[in-house]
Amino acid sequence: MKRTLRSPAVWLFLALALVPLAAKLGAEGYLLSLATRALIFAIAALSLDLILGYGALASFGHAAFLGIGSYAVGILAAHGTGEIVLQLAVAMVAAILFAAATSAVSLRTSGVYYIMSTLAFGQMLYFLGVSLSAYGGDDGMSLAGRSRVLGTAFLESDGALYYVVLGVLVAFYAGARRIMGSRFGRVLSGIRENPVRMRAIGFEPFRYQLVACVIAGCMCAVAGVLLANQTGFVSPAYMTWQRSGELMVMVILGGIGTLWGAILGALAFLVLEEVLSGLTEHWKLILGPLLVMVALSGRGGIAGVVARVQRLFHGRGVR
Amino acid sequence: MSAALLSIEDLHKSYGSLRVTDGVSLAVRAGELHALIGPNGAGKTTLIHQLSGVLPSDSGRVVFDGIDVTAFSLPERVRIGLARSFQITSILPAYSVLENVALAVQARSGSSFRFWLPVADERALNEEAEQRLAEVGLLRRMQDRAGALSHGEKRLLEIAIAIATAPKLLLLDEPLAGLGQEESRATIALLKQLKSRFTIVLVEHDMDAVFALADRVSVLVNGRVLASGTAADIRSHPAVRVAYLGDEEVV
Repeated sequence: MKRTLRSPAVWLFLALALVPLAAKLGAEGYLLSLATRALIFAIAALSLDLILGYGALASFGHAAFLGIGSYAVGILAAHGTGEIVLQLAVAMVAAILFAAATSAVSLRTSGVYYIMSTLAFGQMLYFLGVSLSAYGGDDGMSLAGRSRVLGTAFLESDGALYYVVLGVLVAFYAGARRIMGSRFGRVLSGIRENPVRMRAIGFEPFRYQLVACVIAGCMCAVAGVLLANQTGFVSPAYMTWQRSGELMVMVILGGIGTLWGAILGALAFLVLEEVLSGLTEHWKLILGPLLVMVALSGRGGIAGVVARVQRLFHGRGVR
Repeated sequence: MSAALLSIEDLHKSYGSLRVTDGVSLAVRAGELHALIGPNGAGKTTLIHQLSGVLPSDSGRVVFDGIDVTAFSLPERVRIGLARSFQITSILPAYSVLENVALAVQARSGSSFRFWLPVADERALNEEAEQRLAEVGLLRRMQDRAGALSHGEKRLLEIAIAIATAPKLLLLDEPLAGLGQEESRATIALLKQLKSRFTIVLVEHDMDAVFALADRVSVLVNGRVLASGTAADIRSHPAVRVAYLGDEEVV
């Protein structure tokens, strides 16, 4: 119990659970919608951290999976299927197939070439979205309403959607922690540390990296399903390479390879975007130097700062 | 005489016009410690890379335990019992000493596509890893970060990792490199124990160690096998003395 209470993630989730209550004190609709959006990106960033932080695979096409998830909602809804269970199933199957097919190619390259190939695959999907004129093409399409949950209109409530998103985030976080502590997780991080050593004890990195990419893609597609529900809109803009870059920024800002850092990073990024863009339209001029500072201060990010503060108080590190 | 566990048949490797491995043929018998010596640049490490599957060969064959492994990758060769250590220490510095060895045990015991149970709690892996660490004398450091070990301890960890893969044959690339006298003596004693359990191919510059340990010695010069024989044969081989040992009496 004591260990659980020391985990910063637990405090973070408790605080997030109180957000809808706090939102009642202010502009409720606006705050809740911002918080929901932030949590959805936290799910996407968390999934990217699995491969970026633990696999050292700098995918520049991760936003493609946001697109896969949201188009699964949009296309199925356009054909009268508003059931989220079905939409999730389609989104996840599509994500698995896309991740497996593209990673099977990308993972044969490394370094800059890996980044370029993931970017290229992401852009392919973006242009596919643009060309889908039946589904809004370049302009995207508005959804008539949110997905139905086993036939009910449960998600139409903003509060319900928020808690569903938070529930998914907590479940994915716990699942990701579990995976990283498993046999598979140890192999994946070992490959990041020293691929030659891992090969020399009998592991073929490709197979483990491929499975990690599939898991991460699948998780991000779920975020895409939720994103379409939150915005009520589906558009190729979800899949641009700039969006993939933003996901990377969130992970690095929050602290790479810590899982909960990715969540913090996503929250910080969306709040900064909201606050700074209120001040000036050139808000990225402020965000830029911030990121440079994080990059210069090492791998830690926000999570690293929190860990250092905790060590100060407890005299011991928290993993 | 026992049959060859590893046979190398007319192996070649060139970089442009430079023939690094130039028609090497060798047989390593089961149970022996076969030392590979030669001056710097003779192609010893390249040959080890070719034998372990780190580098592809231009031509020739490598047959291990009756299987033609010439086209096998490094992990495939490890899985059938051909393990190696590295001249430049190669470990997982952020992992604990125990985890470094436990991973090698994990690699050959059951699937690693297990996503749920905490691997740190797998007693079978940890116990076997502890045994290997005890054998090289690193047990008391098992909870420490591997990156925090001294150079000599890292060399021992490298050996523990290699034997944790349960090899039939160990390719050891200069296990004594950079060690002090004391550490060197301890490692030689360890190698003496290991040679009764594994077939070993040893690349080493320390001639005292080579002649103390080796059953047979092959001399590599400019990518070719200059001579191959018992330690006594090699010690008295005139061409070897000129080419490599630099014995003044011959001059």
